[in-house]
Amino acid sequence: MPADAAMAMDERVKTEPFLARLMKRPELGAIGGVILVTIFFLATADSSMFTLSGIMNFLTPAAQLGILGIAAAMLMIGGEFDLSIGSMVAFAGMIFGVLTVNLGLPLILSIPATFVFAALVGAVNGLIVIRSGLPSFIVTLAGLFILRGASLVGLKLFTGGSTQLRGVREAVEGDMLTPLFSGDAFGFFFTWLADIGLIEKFRSGTPKVPGIPVEILWFVLVALVATYVLLRTARGNWIFAAGGDRNAASNSGVPVDKVKIALFMATACAAALVAIITVIDSGSTDARRGFMKEFEAIITAVIGGCLLTGGYGSAIGAFFGAIIFGMVTIGLTYTSFDQDWFQVFLGGMLLIAVLFNNAIRKRVTGER
Amino acid sequence: MTRPLVELIDIEKHFGGIRAVDRVSLDLWPGEVVGVLGHNGAGKSCLMRILSGAMTPSAGEIRVNGSPASFSSPNDARAAGIETIYQTLALADHLDAAANLFLGRELKTRFGNLDDARMLAEARTVLARLNPNFKNLRDPVSSLSGGQRQVIAIARAIYFDTKILIMDEPTAALGPSETAMVADLIRQLRDEGIGIFLVSHDMHDVFELCDRVVVMNKGRLVGAHAIHEVSKDDVLSLIVKGELPADWSARNLMAEAAQ
Ligand SMILES: Nc1ncnc2c1ncn2[C@@H]1O[C@H](COP(=O)(O)OP(=O)(O)OP(=O)(O)O)[C@@H](O)[C@H]1O
Ligand SMILES: [Mg+2]
Repeated sequence: MPADAAMAMDERVKTEPFLARLMKRPELGAIGGVILVTIFFLATADSSMFTLSGIMNFLTPAAQLGILGIAAAMLMIGGEFDLSIGSMVAFAGMIFGVLTVNLGLPLILSIPATFVFAALVGAVNGLIVIRSGLPSFIVTLAGLFILRGASLVGLKLFTGGSTQLRGVREAVEGDMLTPLFSGDAFGFFFTWLADIGLIEKFRSGTPKVPGIPVEILWFVLVALVATYVLLRTARGNWIFAAGGDRNAASNSGVPVDKVKIALFMATACAAALVAIITVIDSGSTDARRGFMKEFEAIITAVIGGCLLTGGYGSAIGAFFGAIIFGMVTIGLTYTSFDQDWFQVFLGGMLLIAVLFNNAIRKRVTGER
Repeated sequence: MTRPLVELIDIEKHFGGIRAVDRVSLDLWPGEVVGVLGHNGAGKSCLMRILSGAMTPSAGEIRVNGSPASFSSPNDARAAGIETIYQTLALADHLDAAANLFLGRELKTRFGNLDDARMLAEARTVLARLNPNFKNLRDPVSSLSGGQRQVIAIARAIYFDTKILIMDEPTAALGPSETAMVADLIRQLRDEGIGIFLVSHDMHDVFELCDRVVVMNKGRLVGAHAIHEVSKDDVLSLIVKGELPADWSARNLMAEAAQ
């Protein structure tokens, strides 16, 4: 047979130009956006924005948002939203703070416990959405208020009336897990770079950038894991299928309900991770933590190429979406523009990204 | 073979007060095509969905090869060799042909990753068997034509060890040449010994392809006949009125009598 013919066909498929395949990727818009924003700030911002310390400066908020954004992207690909993740950051922060400070638990216990709490809340969100058949938008909107309020009440309860819980830094000082969630990594490497004169140092001899903030490493790790799951595992296909057409997916034998509940749990855990990192970093937690982050996370996912209707999107796209977000937030402080342009700028980015992604998607999917 | 592939016995399905399927009994033998007819809302899709595991019956029994079976998910039915092609061409739009073919039953490498290369190769082989012109294996299926989508759905159904194939209006979304292709395919599968339920509104297709017809009316089975003992008018009467014309007698018997 046709072995030869099959070979020939293989060739034909493989020869589809690399560039053409690239042009079809959902994250193309976000990558283009990073380039555009970089050009914009190269032209308008102080040159210190693109020094090593400047880059760390905008990557740090990008990382915190990106961890949420990537989770939101996966959930959106799976056809659901979670508007409660911002409040979840506050709630998980409260749980984590109480466990570490009030109960004095070591991180090896308090961190897993915080994740378990978050996963439970995520599972409840998921179960309600699945069982009721209501849009997750509405169900998690309720969660947005409930978790925010619960954080406030909880904090007051555990602190005896304050909405801020202090003393986290003291409590985790010297804990062997602390370096995994706060501070800078690869310090020795940066010291070495400074020693051989590759990066700037203070007069004292210590490098101006002491290392890579750990949240940036978490951000990269989350992006890699999410991309691996989406593109290289069966679960990834199930997520795309469940979000695209849940009936088609379940008729094909995809356990749609389980997939969606797992996604809600993962999203809540992403919020818990951000909570743990930022709470240890600031040494305290308060009820306003993560305020509005749900919208920023969704914007990140959409800039990253996710379709609001589900079934389409990319974790790498959300990764770059978060970097755009970080650049715009921090970048304006390096320019002579009034800071208050921030939201205008952000809205503009969102609009351009959505229009662009829409055009690409239509080309790829052959929709009209 | 002395045993039907599958028997449905007194199957019922209620939605609140509606009896979508009302005590229906039906069987299917190897290498036969049974047409399932009835007007819109007669309960055909419900009956088929029950057999394919996508819907649980309110009452009744399913037997596969003589032994009782109960399906709580499409995967259960699939494990029993029952595959379904849905009225709505149920595919995952943003995935490509190979991913759709293997959705829920992905081929994996030793490390548990998706084995894209092997799935692509397998998909190419099975799709080529159905339609030599099938080329766009890497495109999301939303960009394919109705006929191409149907080929994927059929490939999905026959790739695995299939004994019973349920086709719920497989040609409803197709053009004439694509319909002819599906008809050829049905004959080919029947000759391989697969039993096929063909739900259709197209009388021409039914008389062309089926060995037997059963007719549903308001959830009830109102007739089951070998195809050569009824005429199109007889079947139409069953569909519309739920009964045969008053002066009916089996066509083949009449032909014999005339000789
Ligand atoms: N999930 C459901 N919930 C409630 N009622 C349903 C459900 N599915 C089907 N029905 C009802 O059951 C009856 C039979 O529907 P079914 O889809 O089996 O009809 P059909 O014979 O396939 O019709 P068509 O030719 O239009 O496809 C209809 O009255 C329909 O409204
Ligand atoms: Mg139907």
